[in-house]
Amino acid sequence: MAALLALRDVDARYGPIEALHGITLTVDEGEIVALLGANGAGKTTTLRAISGTVRRSGSLEFAGRSLGRSGPEAVARLGIAHVPEGRGTFAELTVWENLRLGAYIRRGSLDADVARVLEYFPWIEGRRTQQAGTLSGGEQQMLALARAVMQRPRLLLLDEPSLGLAPLVVAEIFRIVKELNSREGTTVLLVEQNARISLASSDRAYVLEVGRVAVDGASVDLAANESIRKSYLGY
Amino acid sequence: MTALTRTLVPGFRIRNSWIVPLLIAGACVFLVIGSVQSSLFAQQTVSGLANGGIYASLAVALVLIYRATEVINFAQGGLATFTTYIAWQLIDWGLTYWLAFAATLAIAFGGGMLVELVAIRPVERRGNILTIVIASIGLLILAEGAVGWIWGAQVKFMPSAFPARVFHVGGVAFSFQDVGTIGVSIASVFVLWLFFRFTKVGLAMRAAAVRPAAARLVGIRVSWMLSLGWGLAATLGAVSGLMAAASPSVLLQPSMMDGILIYAFAAAVLGGLESPAGAVVGGLSIGVLLNLLPTYVDWVAPALLLPVAFIVMLFVLLVKPSGLFGRTRVRKV
Amino acid sequence: MRSSLVARSAVIGAAALAIALAPFILSDYNRSQGADVAVFFIAILGLNIVTGYTGQISIGHGAFMAIGGYTTAILTHDHGWSELSTIPLAALVGFAAGVIVGVPALRFHGTYLALVTFAVALAVPQVAKNYSHFTGGTEGLVLPAHSGLWLYGASWTAAAILFVLAWLILRARTGRAFRAVRDSEVAAASSGVSLAVYKTVAFGVSAAFAGVAGSMYVLVNNFVNPDLFGLTLSLYILIGAVVGGLGSLWGVLVGAAFIQLLPIGLTSSHVLSSQSVPVIFGAIVILVMALVPRGAADLLRAIVSFHVRRSSNAPSP
Repeated sequence: MAALLALRDVDARYGPIEALHGITLTVDEGEIVALLGANGAGKTTTLRAISGTVRRSGSLEFAGRSLGRSGPEAVARLGIAHVPEGRGTFAELTVWENLRLGAYIRRGSLDADVARVLEYFPWIEGRRTQQAGTLSGGEQQMLALARAVMQRPRLLLLDEPSLGLAPLVVAEIFRIVKELNSREGTTVLLVEQNARISLASSDRAYVLEVGRVAVDGASVDLAANESIRKSYLGY
Repeated sequence: MTALTRTLVPGFRIRNSWIVPLLIAGACVFLVIGSVQSSLFAQQTVSGLANGGIYASLAVALVLIYRATEVINFAQGGLATFTTYIAWQLIDWGLTYWLAFAATLAIAFGGGMLVELVAIRPVERRGNILTIVIASIGLLILAEGAVGWIWGAQVKFMPSAFPARVFHVGGVAFSFQDVGTIGVSIASVFVLWLFFRFTKVGLAMRAAAVRPAAARLVGIRVSWMLSLGWGLAATLGAVSGLMAAASPSVLLQPSMMDGILIYAFAAAVLGGLESPAGAVVGGLSIGVLLNLLPTYVDWVAPALLLPVAFIVMLFVLLVKPSGLFGRTRVRKV
Repeated sequence: MRSSLVARSAVIGAAALAIALAPFILSDYNRSQGADVAVFFIAILGLNIVTGYTGQISIGHGAFMAIGGYTTAILTHDHGWSELSTIPLAALVGFAAGVIVGVPALRFHGTYLALVTFAVALAVPQVAKNYSHFTGGTEGLVLPAHSGLWLYGASWTAAAILFVLAWLILRARTGRAFRAVRDSEVAAASSGVSLAVYKTVAFGVSAAFAGVAGSMYVLVNNFVNPDLFGLTLSLYILIGAVVGGLGSLWGVLVGAAFIQLLPIGLTSSHVLSSQSVPVIFGAIVILVMALVPRGAADLLRAIVSFHVRRSSNAPSP
């Protein structure tokens, strides 16, 4: 079966600095795949390459279609939701407006989606008119996730969801991600510095180092491998 | 550059927001009391509000573009002049006033979008804000030059939008002209507000203006939103120009919006360059101020009104650059 | 590098020669038009110092010209000074005005400064209109007329002096400091350049130049009134500076010639009516900003260095 997302020999650069050197990875439908590695390894850049936020070369295929030179607007329409580092919440707009924007590319009634979102994030109900920027860090992260849910994506790209959040909140977020995956069948590609919780929540993982894939395999195996944990993941 | 500007702003957080409504309320009370006491005061206030409406709609146009791109469109007045002449031409060809008005707004909308596409976007690609500003100055010269070229520089007569009569309230005479101008200006800004608040496209435009990168990720075509913004700004400018031309003190000539542009700048700065509501309040305030001042202060001759507006603008920029309604905000991309 | 310096000097030398010899073949009317070119040359030179070199944009240099122009006019008309002797004073008054503007300008950046100077450009003529007992108001003041040759000689002499002055200022430490300010304020500040002083001085010097330009402008027109210094003047000075190339001294000549001679050339050859000139200017400005933002000077520089590299056998440095 062909993978949902397939990257082959992808390079990306920020001006003169090359950030990715020949990234090759696949994500099958229904999987949760983690991208791990130290700071500057190229994890965020990989997600940006997929969503078209950064210029890239190489082969990127999603659901059999080449992503080519598509920018973020087109990629979103193909069914990929990218929750970037820093969440990409519209802080100046209300919670409700953020949710509406999540469903921007969709037509028709949003009632069903709103109902689903409220199932995962019941606290949103009373906060619809609150300015998104005044939410706590954890709430903003969940709002970002909720916004992605509104989009009904086939593939969810999550960049550092645990950044700056308390462990309890992080656990809750990962729980919701796994539920999204198991109930809705949303495929997830997840970038994280917190390797432990990522490996515990994912099926497979790739470890990046200096813009290349260094190690990959089933998350269970990687977590059990002490030498890999020590040399690449820092624990 | 933006970061430097923002650090010069004394922090005026949302918590201190009672000062501004208090100021505005105080000003309103002052105006009402004065109007009750003196019929001259009342008349000058109302015609000041009418002028203010003209400044306000142009100011909102400026804010629309500035909010999205940090570019001050120096050509906003020139484009407004051009569209006003189009209206004149349509009327000259036999259309009724309000039909020409509607047609002009539509043409302005399309024209504004076209201008962004053809003149601004190629310059935007080069990135520098100053180059875009200079391009807008080129656009200003082009627009006013085009007016002179197509229609000539002699003053033309524009029929009035409203009946030239007066009506009486409590023994004081007010003109339909003034009240009509206030009405049209407020109505157009209000319609725009409805559009931004309640439509999907309006929301998308707001999102694209505050966080373009995040907007792209949800599928918004930010460059289209920019064109739309210019289209809407040009439409508001057209309203401003049409109301200005209808006013007896403004003559239809190529340079007609030059001074009004300065008043609009002052209004936008006073209100806060990123706040449409501020632009409206600023416009009305400046309109009233510039009408009451020469009436009650001897040495303020008509020629000094522009310098007064300049001083207001300078004062605001030095003391509180974010304006009455501005907020200290870190702009993320 | 040396050969490009030789090339540049050759170009400047040729231009200087052409300017010096031109009055002998031109009619008297054309000579006064040539004087107009000198006026813009000086004004654009001034604008370049503040916008091209220190990066502070000013759309209000017509106001400084007005200040210099009125100084000359009032002293000549009301107090009987000889015209040429008013010029240094006009420069001084201009400098003072520039410093007065330059100090609050320190608080503004980029577009805000453009906004303020734009408003100044419109406000100053209004002030002149208002205080008519002083300035002659809307009717203005009439000044003694001079032959085209006199005007040409006086204005280009002033232009040459100021060009050399500008060149000296900008090549020295001051010039490098100016450029450092434009390119990175943070870096300039941290390297010990006193930002405030340099920026204010730049404004003052720039306004002094504009003041002299204003003096000559008034003499060329042999009268002064507020309409001489309208918004268009400030805008055209900016256009001249931008088309010629901000940050380049020899682009200034290109810019001045562009502003003054292009319209004349177009209308006298009956290609287009005089009313089409602003449209063409506007279009050219937009094109330049889209294609060659650094103006003609950059284009010329590219062409010159291309030829220099081709003709020399040594590999380029």
